[in-house]
Amino acid sequence: MGEMVAGIMTGPEIERLIQLLARLPGLGPRSARRAALHLLKRREALLDPLARALTDVAAVVKACHVCGNLDSVDPCSICADPRRDTGLVCVVAEVGDLWALERSGAFKGRYHVLGGTLSALDGVGPDRLNLNGLIQRAESGAIREAILALDATVDGQTTAHYIADRLSGTPAKVSRLAHGVPVGGELDYLDDGTIAAALNARRPA
Amino acid sequence: MDWTDDGIVLGARRHGESSLVVSVLTHGHGRHAGLVRGGAGRRARALYEPGNLLRVTWKARLAEHLGRFACEPLSSDAALLLDDAGRLAALTAACALIEAALPEREPHPGAYDALARLIRALPQAGYEAAYARWELGLLTELGFGLDLARCAATGSSDALAYVSPKSGRAVSAAAAEPYRDRLLRLPRFLVEDAPADRSDLVDGLRLTGHFLSVHVFAARQGGVPAARLRLFERLARPAAMKQAI
Repeated sequence: MGEMVAGIMTGPEIERLIQLLARLPGLGPRSARRAALHLLKRREALLDPLARALTDVAAVVKACHVCGNLDSVDPCSICADPRRDTGLVCVVAEVGDLWALERSGAFKGRYHVLGGTLSALDGVGPDRLNLNGLIQRAESGAIREAILALDATVDGQTTAHYIADRLSGTPAKVSRLAHGVPVGGELDYLDDGTIAAALNARRPA
Repeated sequence: MDWTDDGIVLGARRHGESSLVVSVLTHGHGRHAGLVRGGAGRRARALYEPGNLLRVTWKARLAEHLGRFACEPLSSDAALLLDDAGRLAALTAACALIEAALPEREPHPGAYDALARLIRALPQAGYEAAYARWELGLLTELGFGLDLARCAATGSSDALAYVSPKSGRAVSAAAAEPYRDRLLRLPRFLVEDAPADRSDLVDGLRLTGHFLSVHVFAARQGGVPAARLRLFERLARPAAMKQAI
């Protein structure tokens, strides 16, 4: 017996596919229907490879036990890369932030993924973050410098200060990303808070 | 239905991919939440940081609906505090306490004025004392004010040095002598314009924290908000105790 998807009769398998696609970021029910139809029309070129890729990812991808990054090997490719600076560790909230830093190509050290930030409103405390691994890495002397690359938000910076406190008794030097005018940013269009932060963080020219 | 009021952001949660449910403490409408469409966008997100002052216009078809906020920024105080761990901890704790302690949609203009004063005081020296006094005021606003004017035992207003953890009334040093270990220390800066050292500040926050815990958060799941506990831990750490304000 078929089911109605916005007036269209479909089998339960297609309905299930549309429902799952609609839960992805950036997709709603309408775009999920389009994506499902696109997949079904390109079965050999897209649907089968995608299904195999999803199965493979689900089977092999896991969190790196050292840094928390997602990869198919453990330790992850970044932790296992001997060309990277092992003493320089960038602390990020989510794997998406790690990917953003890797895209920039500006950082050649290693990472530590917290899995979130402290949040007063959502009741996220230190026990829900991947902090113990970072502190153990710092206490062992493996970290020369920890760069706190967390959001310039109240929650992000509260987390940064908390981590800086926790690392204060370890050999690791702690630094954080600068706050201020973004590259290409015009002062006239910046919000008051960013301008204030940039003024506070000014440096000699 | 609609109204416009000034509001201090207490927090914001994502709603879908691009919207936020923002909670603000307004002057005339109390703690109030509303949906901000597009609030999670790159440009708008900075407005909805805790401590920022906004002019909010709330609109809904029915009073009991969540409704939508249209917001104009008035001041971005949060950005000035991001680099200072202590001040940021005080701001976060204040917003978390208001969010957890005040009932929704019940006007508390006194609480709004007090929070606005505290946020203005946070960038200045002696902000910890201002914070402790603010918590004392919050207890009064919530109906659990402490009687620190005179001694519960003798009626005297001299040499008040302790507070009963049960009655919330001050006790003079002499009258408190037999029960001293069971009483909470009352630092002078909470009753008069006096300087406060680190130990006084810790005692002040221990005092207000006790009554917040017993009267305001006893029935709340999770108890006192974690941000307030972290503020106290930060202030009470031995390294911090050595510093003078």
